[in-house]
Amino acid sequence: MNNDIVIQTKDLTKKFGSFTAVDHISFEVRRGEIFGFLGANGAGKTTAMRMLCGLSRPTSGMGQVAGFDIARQQEKIKQNIGYMSQKFSLYGDLKVWENIRLYAGIYGMKDADIARKTEELLERLDFTKERDTLVDSLPLGWKQKLAFSVSIFHEPKIVFLDEPTGGVDPTTRRQFWEMIYEAANRGITIFVTTHYMDEAEYCHRVSMMVDGRIDALDSPSNLKQQFNASSMDEVFRKLARKAERME
Amino acid sequence: MKAVVVDTIHKSYEGGIRALSGISFDADRGELFGIIGPDGAGKTTLFRIMATLLLADEGTCRVDGLDVVDDYREIRKRVGYMPGRFSLYQDLTVEENLGFFASVFRTTIAENYHLVEEIYKQLEPFKRRRAGKLSGGMKQKLALCCALIHKPSVLFLDEPTTGVDPVSRKEFWEMLNRLQKQGITIIVSTPYMDEAKLCDRIALIKNGQFMSINRPMDIIRQFDLPLYAVKGDDIFRLLHDVREYKGVDHCYVSGESHHFTVADGAFDSSALLTQLQQKGHSAVRIERVEANIEDCYMRLAKD
Repeated sequence: MNNDIVIQTKDLTKKFGSFTAVDHISFEVRRGEIFGFLGANGAGKTTAMRMLCGLSRPTSGMGQVAGFDIARQQEKIKQNIGYMSQKFSLYGDLKVWENIRLYAGIYGMKDADIARKTEELLERLDFTKERDTLVDSLPLGWKQKLAFSVSIFHEPKIVFLDEPTGGVDPTTRRQFWEMIYEAANRGITIFVTTHYMDEAEYCHRVSMMVDGRIDALDSPSNLKQQFNASSMDEVFRKLARKAERME
Repeated sequence: MKAVVVDTIHKSYEGGIRALSGISFDADRGELFGIIGPDGAGKTTLFRIMATLLLADEGTCRVDGLDVVDDYREIRKRVGYMPGRFSLYQDLTVEENLGFFASVFRTTIAENYHLVEEIYKQLEPFKRRRAGKLSGGMKQKLALCCALIHKPSVLFLDEPTTGVDPVSRKEFWEMLNRLQKQGITIIVSTPYMDEAKLCDRIALIKNGQFMSINRPMDIIRQFDLPLYAVKGDDIFRLLHDVREYKGVDHCYVSGESHHFTVADGAFDSSALLTQLQQKGHSAVRIERVEANIEDCYMRLAKD
């Protein structure tokens, strides 16, 4: 595996009985890339993402994430990635600092590093006053910014973001994307799913899943050209229309 | 007679959390009225008050000419309410759910089938599937059918498209437009600003207050600053360099480009272009653009 390629799959497939959820997908993601992973509900995104995160074993095909094999080195993968979703990210009944402490501990960071980096993080987010606030009582937008920061606190090579910005106000959503740009600029690879098609435009490259396959993969501007569309929304609709399966 | 009249509604919760601070609006019969704003802005509280499920601290609300406090029983017969959280019976099948809601309102699926037909046709292949096993988009379609089966005159839809993919979202809105043509008044909320333009009128809500109520195009027309879009190869560095440029007021990411407003009319985009090129940016393009609803929301939210 080339050093600049951090995710690589070849004919990656997952079947549940006779149902092929993920059907021979092959793609590569480069270091520091913001990679959008799109598809309709039920197209197979979650199943594919679970395999890449080391949470589900492929039926066939191969894949490497952060240099480790997704079928045989799942624990190694988990140590080298970050994960955040809108549905589950932080513990609401723990304080801000306790959440940071918990996740950093799970990823095996040293106490001294945790203490130093916690201060840096709180300062950068302008969160110092909220150190002892229960996460449940933070506004949603703050929660999500904190959740993203926690997901990359251990400096993973890749962070997986599963619909990270649902329901957030436009201003916070933009601040969130700036944080993503910044992380990518530092060399962290961003693998993101979203239902906001304007967010697909923020990605360097975007893949579109239809019925378990990747039917298109390119930069947003090339995809728009290829599908003769004025927006990613239109690209999405043109592709998803081909879908045959219903969940 | 207006279909919905909301007058100066206030609502606080225990612990002093102010959910709504003086909300007023009205909707005409057959109007598709959108309430647009992020989570936590107060949308659900407002819906629960209009649907007679929650009492306001102050203010009045009338639905179909009836008062939400005095005439709540009558209102409940006349409105359809689809809560934000999926609230059908997960362990009943598609068909059983619809039949149940019809019977609660003393009607039958057959009697009002014409209202739900177009939507329900898509669900029929799965009518023996349990509701809990449906995909997100199909759950929403079933919930809409259940809210419609008693032929309501007003529909309250609280974030019906959240978490639903763009194709299903588009289909859902097409259904709303068809229902509207049958004279049903629809009050719908959404966090997706791109859906705002599909409404007749919208209210932009933040922290329990409406910042603006108008037709989408009028809200856009009221955007009062010159707005530009800038693109380039290194989008992250570009953001910072544009922000540093004198005369640029507010610059933020917006899809494939960055949008920025300028403080006065004397702004010269070619001078900015030259400076960006000197800083090593390539493929830079700057153009005047029209604001979208998100630009308007952010502008209003800033003041």
